Amino acid sequence: MRVEVTSNEFSPWEQLQAYEKTLIARHGLGAVATFVGTMRDYNEGERVQAMFLEHYPGMTEKYLHSLSETALQRWDILDTLIIHRVGEMQPGDTIVLVAAWAGHRAPAFEACRFLIEELKFKAPFWKRETRNYGVRWVEKNTI
Amino acid sequence: MAIIVKFFASLREEVGKSEVQMETPDSLTVAQVWAQVCDNAPLPAHVLMAVNMEYANQDAPVKNGDEVAFFPPVTGG
Repeated sequence: MRVEVTSNEFSPWEQLQAYEKTLIARHGLGAVATFVGTMRDYNEGERVQAMFLEHYPGMTEKYLHSLSETALQRWDILDTLIIHRVGEMQPGDTIVLVAAWAGHRAPAFEACRFLIEELKFKAPFWKRETRNYGVRWVEKNTI
Repeated sequence: MAIIVKFFASLREEVGKSEVQMETPDSLTVAQVWAQVCDNAPLPAHVLMAVNMEYANQDAPVKNGDEVAFFPPVTGG
């Protein structure tokens, strides 16, 4: 299990490949389900030029660790990976990578879905967008 | 007792404070911490709360040395 909150730009594909190579529980590995979230260049019909992502250092990591533990207990999966970007970013940048490795696709998909949905609605992160006519905090997540 | 109080994102800007260290002779709940730090302003319904980096409700007790945080609905991912 790995959780990382980073202010550096990252390639989700390179991170997936690198982490899969380190998996200790490779025996029985048959599936990986992934979710990659990317910064859009529009929101609510308006152009978004840049975004700042704030988090609660300490609590955010703690929350993501406990979420990963819950997924590992609840589903028959082998490992999980969560990487989330913070700080200043540009449209097209990867915001989040979530992955769940398992023997079969069903628990992999279900655990991956669980991780990203819980992260979106409970992990302490906040988005602030720079649009054409100013800066504003995003008030709630879309479904 | 000594408590650290933190505010995040839009709430930090509305309250005008990022982090406050407070001393109080009384034992307090999370809601009472808010009232003391925010000059008895009502606690907005949408505000989320944490004690020592775990989600808590407004009636949760706060102990000496605790870190209490207030923040708006989360928008990560």
